[in-house]
Amino acid sequence: MPSLKTLRNRINSVKSTQKITSAMKMVAAAKLRRAQAQAEAARPYTVRMGEMMAALAASEKGNPNASPLLVGNGRSQTHLIVAVTADRGLAGAFNANVIRAVRAEVKVLQAQGKAVKIFALGRKGNDALRRDMKDLIAGTKNFVGKKAVSFADAEDVARELIRGFRAGEYDVVKMVYNHFQNVMVQRVTGQPLIPAAIPTANDNVTEHNYEVEPDDGTLLDRLLPRNLAVQVYCALLENSAGFYASQMTAMDSATRNAGEMIKKLTLNYNRARQANITKELIEIISGAEAV
Amino acid sequence: MSIALEIISTEKLLLSRDVDMAVIPGTEGDIGVLPGHAKLITGLRGGLVDIYENGSISARYFVSSGFAEITESRCAVLADAIVPQEELDEATAKAALAEAKAAYDAVDIHDGYAYREAVDKLISAQAMVDSVTPHQV
Repeated sequence: MPSLKTLRNRINSVKSTQKITSAMKMVAAAKLRRAQAQAEAARPYTVRMGEMMAALAASEKGNPNASPLLVGNGRSQTHLIVAVTADRGLAGAFNANVIRAVRAEVKVLQAQGKAVKIFALGRKGNDALRRDMKDLIAGTKNFVGKKAVSFADAEDVARELIRGFRAGEYDVVKMVYNHFQNVMVQRVTGQPLIPAAIPTANDNVTEHNYEVEPDDGTLLDRLLPRNLAVQVYCALLENSAGFYASQMTAMDSATRNAGEMIKKLTLNYNRARQANITKELIEIISGAEAV
Repeated sequence: MSIALEIISTEKLLLSRDVDMAVIPGTEGDIGVLPGHAKLITGLRGGLVDIYENGSISARYFVSSGFAEITESRCAVLADAIVPQEELDEATAKAALAEAKAAYDAVDIHDGYAYREAVDKLISAQAMVDSVTPHQV
C-alpha cells in the first residue's frame, strides 16, 4: 500500500496534467474554427477551377500533344508520393494513419517493381518516414512556426513538384493526406497529382462549348500548374483542420481519462486514510484495555 | 439586366454581386462582359477589372494574373493577387516591377516555362505600376 504522501503527490500530478490537456483542447478548438474558416474561404476558387479544368481537360482527350502534367509522360517507372502530415503531434493517430498508408503504398509499388520516392510535407511525416525509408525521401518541407499555411507555401511545393517532374526525376505523383470529413472523422485519402485527376464534366464529355483564349493548349499550360498548387493548398488546409480536430478529440479523451484516474486515486487515498485512523483507534483502545 | 460577377482569390471570395458590366484584362486584350456574353474561358494578364454600374465605373480592382470563366449569366474572375485600385501604392508597385525586371534579366531564355513565367510577372508588375494612376475612362 503506497503511503498517503505518495498518493497525494500522484493526485496532484494527474490534476496538473489534466489542466494542461484541457487547455490544449480549448486551444485546438479555437484553432480548428480558424482552420475550417480558411478552408471554407478557399472553396469557391477550387470549385471554379475544377469546372474550368473539367471543361478544358475533356477537349484534350486523345490529343497526342496534350500537356504531360495532364496525361503523364507516358512512363510509370518512378513514383513520387507526397505525404502530407502535421508538424506537431499529440493528435491521436492523425499522423500515424498517413504514415502507415504511405508505407503500405510504397510496399505495393515496390512489389510491382517500381521505384518510389517520397516527398514529406510536414515535420511529423518526415521524422517518422526518415527512420526506415531514409533513402526514399526526395524532399521535405514543413511549416513549423507558421500560424496558417498560405497559398504561396502551396505554390512553392507545387513548383518544386513540377520542376522534378519536368527534370524526369519521377513519372507519377500521388498525394496522401487526411481528408477532413468532419470533426470526428478524418479519412486518409490518396489523390493523383500528375497525371492530373480530371474532374468529370457533367455535361457533354467530348467537347466543351466554351470559347477559349488564347487556345486550349496554352491555357492548360498555365492552368495545370495552378491547379496543382490549388490541390496542394486544399490538402494542406484539410490537413491543418483535421489535425486540430484530431488533437481536440485526443485531448478531450485525455482530459476524461485524467478525471477517471483522479477519481480512482482519491478513492484509494481515502481508504488508506481511513485505515490509518482505524488502526490508530484500535491501538488506543487496546492500549486503554490493557491498563 | 445584370451579370453576376465573382472575383475570387485563392484564399477567399472577394466579391460576388450583380453588376451591369465588367471589363477584364484578358491575355489577348480587354474583354467587356455584358449579360448574355458567349461562354468563354480566358487567361488574364495583369491589369484592372473595371466594374460598371449605372453607366460609370463603380469600382476597380487590380488583378495580377489568373483566369476568367464567363458564361451567359456569370463572370468568375480567378486571380492570384487582387487589390482594390485605390489601395495600390506606387512604391510597392515600383518595387515589384524592379524585382520582376531583375528576375526577367536573370532567367534562362532556353527554359521555356521559367521564361514565360518571368514574362508574365513582368507584364503584371508593369500593369500594377500603370494602374496606380490609370487613365480615366
